[in-house]
Amino acid sequence: MVSIMIKKLINFVKEYDSKDDREPRSKKLFGLAALYNTPNEIITAAADVAGKGYEKFDVYTPYPMHGMDDAMGMKSSKVGYVSFALGLTGMCLALLMIWWMSSVNYQNIIGGKPFFSLPPAIPITFEGTVLLTGIATVFGMLILFNQLPKINSPLNDTDFMKRVSSDKFGVVIKADDEKFSDSEVRKLFLSGGAFEIQEIYYRETNLGIKTPIFDGKFISIIFATAILTAIITYITLNIVLYDVVPFDWMWKQAKINSQSKSDFFPNKAGMREPVNGTVARGFLPYEYKGMPDSSVKLLSNPLAVSRKVLERGQERFNIYCSPCHGYFGEGDGRMKDQFPKPPSLHNQKVLNWSDGNIYHVITNGQNVMPSYAEQVSVDDRWAIIHYIRTLQRSKNASDEDLTKAK
Amino acid sequence: MSFDSTYTRELPLVEAKKSFKEIDEVIALPTETKPTKGWWIAFSISSTALLIGAFCLSLTFYYGIGMWGNNNPVGWAFDIINFVFWIGIGHAGTLISAILFLFRQKWRTGIARFAEAMTIFAVMTAGIFPIIHTGRPWLAGYLLPLPNQNGVWVNFSSPLLWDVFAVSTYFTISFLFWGIGLIPDLATLRDRTTSKIKKTIYSVLSLGWTNSNRNWSNYERAYLILAGISTPLVLSVHTIVSFDFAVSVLPGWHTTIFPPYFVAGAIFSGFGMVSTVLILVRKVFNMEHIITIGHLEKMNKILLATGMMVGYAYGMEFFIAWYSGNTFEQFVFINRAFGPYAWAYWTMVSCNVIFPQLFWFKKIRRSIPITMVLVILVNVGMWFERFVIIVTSLHRDFLPSSWAMYYPTLVDLGLLLGSFGFFFTFLLLFLKTLTLVSISEIKAVVEGAQPTIHPHPGGNGQHHD
Ligand code: HEC
Repeated sequence: MVSIMIKKLINFVKEYDSKDDREPRSKKLFGLAALYNTPNEIITAAADVAGKGYEKFDVYTPYPMHGMDDAMGMKSSKVGYVSFALGLTGMCLALLMIWWMSSVNYQNIIGGKPFFSLPPAIPITFEGTVLLTGIATVFGMLILFNQLPKINSPLNDTDFMKRVSSDKFGVVIKADDEKFSDSEVRKLFLSGGAFEIQEIYYRETNLGIKTPIFDGKFISIIFATAILTAIITYITLNIVLYDVVPFDWMWKQAKINSQSKSDFFPNKAGMREPVNGTVARGFLPYEYKGMPDSSVKLLSNPLAVSRKVLERGQERFNIYCSPCHGYFGEGDGRMKDQFPKPPSLHNQKVLNWSDGNIYHVITNGQNVMPSYAEQVSVDDRWAIIHYIRTLQRSKNASDEDLTKAK
Repeated sequence: MSFDSTYTRELPLVEAKKSFKEIDEVIALPTETKPTKGWWIAFSISSTALLIGAFCLSLTFYYGIGMWGNNNPVGWAFDIINFVFWIGIGHAGTLISAILFLFRQKWRTGIARFAEAMTIFAVMTAGIFPIIHTGRPWLAGYLLPLPNQNGVWVNFSSPLLWDVFAVSTYFTISFLFWGIGLIPDLATLRDRTTSKIKKTIYSVLSLGWTNSNRNWSNYERAYLILAGISTPLVLSVHTIVSFDFAVSVLPGWHTTIFPPYFVAGAIFSGFGMVSTVLILVRKVFNMEHIITIGHLEKMNKILLATGMMVGYAYGMEFFIAWYSGNTFEQFVFINRAFGPYAWAYWTMVSCNVIFPQLFWFKKIRRSIPITMVLVILVNVGMWFERFVIIVTSLHRDFLPSSWAMYYPTLVDLGLLLGSFGFFFTFLLLFLKTLTLVSISEIKAVVEGAQPTIHPHPGGNGQHHD
């Protein structure tokens, strides 16, 4: 049973294989083709054809022939320009990639070396140059310069082509050349020693409107392949490779996140809390915690005023204090009507306060204002205070300040 | 034109046009006939080896790389040895197809296609090893700078990353080079075949090539450019492979001679492999007239030259170790030659430096059986060179308390065998399906193939010669 079916299948394939598949040709002439026996004959014929002023002609040889370009009056090939342009692009792209990735986008300290330097970038830049040059050369040559693929060229699948891809040499003058005339061309060929002249006609598909891309069969084949690929991919990824970590851009990783549950630890939390008494950098505990104002008179601002400090203070103030106190400390923050309105920082009380008092308010809080000791580091608090002083002074500037500012 | 006459002397036909047909027939024959018994035997051996390799690989995937003998302090062993070995084999192909092309060595046409195919299969084989060496090969995509959830990129100052770029570029360029070389031949096969299915396949693969001279002109320029860029590329690839070692700080690896030494070794081993296989192939496919003894002799000369370069490097390493006054460096080399792996060291020296000296004699260069034995020894020697470099440097480093010996496991050996199986299976399939000598290139160098006059449009042709 099975063997009969297999035999039938084999017979079917054999029959299909041996069918003549020459496409029907139209009545429209593509050109006249002549065949020659020797390299010397063909090269002279080529020079003759070019010399007679024909432009749409070509020579067909089984291998590249020296001097043929000159004989045909051709300029030398321009493939090199494309290679050069893309090679240069490859070089720049590789260099830019290395520079951007390692020194801009994600600075990774490796052996204390500079984030970007030329010598270690050279190998990859070189490879990038070569890669793009090569790809540009090949695809530029094939697609841009030779207009390939062109499987249904009128010349293919003809006796002429079978001869010139083996041991004969041929010339074709196309029918759409301005000077083309059947009898003239034949005369020219014969005078050059052609042993055979063939007429080459367009294929029907060369002329017709029917493009194979919209062919029903073609579309259904594409469709079937797409569905099949999808099914196979689904099965391999989800069933066969089920246990394997998929290639998911590192989204899922074999690690416990700080917010997730873990059965490994007694308290079932994935997060590991610091040991009791751990002090984070920049967050030294406050010695006057919970004490009244009066006890902190001794604290003084350890930071010297500088542009950097003031800018830092401004940044922190805008982040942490401005929601309530407003950008200029006037108590008109964006939390208006949602939180008790704080007093202006330009009132006499705060103007007279020492820096230590403001520090105390930030660190300890005051009535409804909560403590900011958790969010703002010690140094940042002092920077904010410098900035508040700047705001105060700018609100109450004296004439002297104005002349100085000029 | 002495090169051209190499072919005509042995091709029995005088008339150029007749010999073109014969070239077609001889070269296309393997693709047009059923495989011979010899081919089937070779294929079954190589596919068995491939299956053994596949089995060992599945063991590795299932249990992890603990199946290998790698262990502290020898963290790099068969995996990296095989990688360097196979990537080196590939270099001969590019040398023949690109460098010899630039030097206008016409004798290369007989062996170029085959050697290029070997390059591709060797690089494919080589590529397996660093990937499985990572332990989780299914994540190998991250060897490339791909965007990911952690926002982190690869380390661009690591030679291992340079390797990724070098090897993948090398494969791509070799493949393109080989591919465009095949286009005209596929067109010839397309026009020869009577089978509809084959014709369709060849038509598609040849992209509808028409042998037009306007196409040839661009084609030849592209070929020249590819040869031009492949030449520095092939030198860069093994240079970068050598950086994997030289950029580290291990005695025995940290030397400036590594890049040229590795490149010479790569060419040496590649020619060894090309000769080994060609000797068999020309016999099996009756191509003694196209791949002549002259070819083998020339390759033997290259083997002699590169073998001595490698020998020079061995000597120079010793000299520098002594001259540097560095005790660690000195110890490593004395340990190589007289330590527990001395047998490997002396296998390497004798196979790579001593035996190839026989190629000084013309009789031996032209004797096929002796050449066969010597080139197989070259393969063995070059594999051991990598073994010596990698294992002896690692197994005894700065800290004597962590010294240990390395022993491969059965899985290691199976993978080595499997790599040969992989390579030869591809090679055998290539021999049967594509042309193993470039038809169009061979035709171009047959005597009488090129015109003796060079006319210009309108003007009279002037004779030369
Ligand atoms: C959630 C809103 C809010 C934020 C944010 C806030 N404050 Fe206050 N702040 C208040 C309120 C309300 C008061 C008045 C408390 C009271 O009734 O004594 C106040 C009082 C003060 C006072 C004392 C003013 C006085 O006259 O008694 C100072 C100084 C002060 N804040 C500074 C800051 C600084 C510096 C920041 C930024 C680190 C900050 N505040 C952030 C709400 C806020």
